[in-house]
Amino acid sequence: MSHVLSLLVEDKPGLLTRVAGLFARRGFNIESLAVGKSEIAGLSRITVVVDVEELPLEQVTKQLNKLVNVLKIVELEPTQSVQREHLLIKVRVDNTTRSQVLEAVTLFRARVVDVATDALVIEVTGDSGKTTAFLRVLEPYGIKEIAQSGLLAIGRGGKSITDRVYRS
Amino acid sequence: MPTESIPVPTAPGTSTAPDVLTGSGAILRSLELLGVTDVFGLPGGAIMPFYDELMTQDAIRHILVRHEQGAGHAAEGYASSSGRVGVAIATSGPGATNLVTAIADAYMDSVPLLCITGQVFSTSMGTDAFQEVDIVGITMPITKHSFLITKPEDVPEVMAAAYHIASTGRPGPVLVDVTKDAQQNSAPFVWPTRVELPGYRPITKAHGKQVQAAAQMLAEAKRPVLYVGGGVVRARASEVLLPLVEATGAPVVTTLMARGAVPDSHPQHLGMPGMHGTVPAVLSLQESDLIVSLGARFDDRVTGKPSEFAPDAKIVHVDIDPAEISKIRVADVPIVGDAKDVIIDLTAAYADAVTRTTPDLTEWWERLDSLRTEFPLGYTEPDDGLLSPQWVIERIGELTGPEGVFASGVGQHQMWSAQFIKYERPNSWLNSGGAGTMGYAVPAAMGAKVAQPDRAVWAIDGDGCFQMTNQELATCTINDIPIKVAIINNSSLGMVRQWQTLFFEGRHSFTDLNTGHDTRMVPDFVKMADAYGALGIRVTRKEDVDAAIQLALDTNDRPVVIDFVVSRDAMVWPMVPQGLSNSAVQYARAHAPEWEEE
Repeated sequence: MSHVLSLLVEDKPGLLTRVAGLFARRGFNIESLAVGKSEIAGLSRITVVVDVEELPLEQVTKQLNKLVNVLKIVELEPTQSVQREHLLIKVRVDNTTRSQVLEAVTLFRARVVDVATDALVIEVTGDSGKTTAFLRVLEPYGIKEIAQSGLLAIGRGGKSITDRVYRS
Repeated sequence: MPTESIPVPTAPGTSTAPDVLTGSGAILRSLELLGVTDVFGLPGGAIMPFYDELMTQDAIRHILVRHEQGAGHAAEGYASSSGRVGVAIATSGPGATNLVTAIADAYMDSVPLLCITGQVFSTSMGTDAFQEVDIVGITMPITKHSFLITKPEDVPEVMAAAYHIASTGRPGPVLVDVTKDAQQNSAPFVWPTRVELPGYRPITKAHGKQVQAAAQMLAEAKRPVLYVGGGVVRARASEVLLPLVEATGAPVVTTLMARGAVPDSHPQHLGMPGMHGTVPAVLSLQESDLIVSLGARFDDRVTGKPSEFAPDAKIVHVDIDPAEISKIRVADVPIVGDAKDVIIDLTAAYADAVTRTTPDLTEWWERLDSLRTEFPLGYTEPDDGLLSPQWVIERIGELTGPEGVFASGVGQHQMWSAQFIKYERPNSWLNSGGAGTMGYAVPAAMGAKVAQPDRAVWAIDGDGCFQMTNQELATCTINDIPIKVAIINNSSLGMVRQWQTLFFEGRHSFTDLNTGHDTRMVPDFVKMADAYGALGIRVTRKEDVDAAIQLALDTNDRPVVIDFVVSRDAMVWPMVPQGLSNSAVQYARAHAPEWEEE
């Protein structure tokens, strides 16, 4: 079962190696990983999706918490959080298919970000249900390349994970 | 970080500007401020600026080892015997990688260890420069934390943080890698007033409700056992443990890492549990209805097959490391906290709980006492007429007494030392429990002797183990560290040989070392001792054992090496074969104790 973990970490050299190494060493599989700056200077946020059962998940969380540069770990439940993937898709087009592809882009509220005579680069954002459906629609035209971010997630409502870090 | 041109207001009475030191000088000053008095190391290119500073002072004693692994284990022995932080120093590249085994060892056994390594110039890093390795990367999985310093101004803060991390919470190894330019360049030395680590806050004080729940269960249990692990030794909790033991009247077992945490002479002490534990200790856990685990981690060598371990037991698991709780066995009552604090609270809560419940352990003790009577720890004399290794080790323990320190290597002699020496105080038994590092004994004993010069310190070693790190005898002789080495020479990699005998149909594949009886005796350990300036003694007859041990105890002007040529057929018993349930414990070969429900 997939779980989404949000980690607030210190932006230190080797941090990503420590986190990724811990997953590998303890035999846990990372499904997706997204790293970027947080709202606080010097701190980054990692969103990691891991496929484990409840009890090993507890182990992962405890082990991650032991990393000195990891400040906070929160599991984000799908119903209590907004979860998004971001994809760039290069799809083959010609004069006969271009308009059909553009129609799909509109239907999925995606955006064309680059145009060539034989291809379009499309940007789409959404949960994995939407992005999977969009890819299925584009498939027949010929997908030449996909680049995608890991899943990004943030809790719903006014509370911030960061508030809780500095509470104690 | 402000440079010298910015004026900083200071409190009256303090000196105005901070001293400007080289990075090397800053490492040294930091070590002094941290109270470090002894370090073990070996210089090389990338750590030379630091060694140059080290030469000019006398606050810190540096002991020049012959191999960096020796520095690492010596620092471990220093730490394990005294409770202080051990410090090991090496250069970059192979110097640093030679520390790796000791770092892994310290990580497994939660030893507070600070390793300082030189690194190539920061401008050369990543270019495959001479003697460059990514030691921070290599040691990431086996350190509690690691740091790379590339600027001299970062030294004080990092050193303070490294020491703090190594010595607090669940102790462990911390590595500080310092580039050569960071050692050479200068910066104002500003010692941090407190260590700021927002991601590192070990919990020491446990949750009161959990402690009360544990106390209530302990008061109600019919067959409780106190399962005492190395955490009790690291937390210096032995003293506070005894009142809990006596208040509850419950049986106690001490793991390999906790030998000495409760005196062996205590009537409630059943001995060591696990693969080579006593039958009463093994079966007490197996038949218990409540296990109170104090600083132990349900290691596979203790539990046997985890799914069949102590099937009727509820678990109270006390550990300072939250990740240990429910890692192997789900805890009914998890308690995160420092063993010492928790034990004090638990003792108080127990006193309160017994006002409501009157525990009755009579039946439990009848069962355990019958096991003690029927299956005492023992051994049979070998039938080849050679020395019994168990007897030799027993005599070392008896003639030295409980104030001695005993470090062992790994294998049969380690198990016999854990079984047949009677430990009466914590920190008197040093060994490589988790990692199982052959070669630990000699350098660890050396480190222990530096930390505790007034104690008799033994390295009880195997002929295999001894050949891995014996070069530190030179260090001992030159630096006047008179350790005593007892080689339990069975001419083989004894524990592997025992498994070959038991589980590989006696096919002794590559376990003969040819050091003992009826072999070419290569090397000759007595000549070797002599070559190292140590007193070498060979003992082959039972009647000479005591005199040799006594001579070793009386010799304090140089190290002593006794080559005890023992029978190679002696085996470690009792034994729970690997992967089997503890119920399958064998008292001796093909002799399993009778099981209550049968």
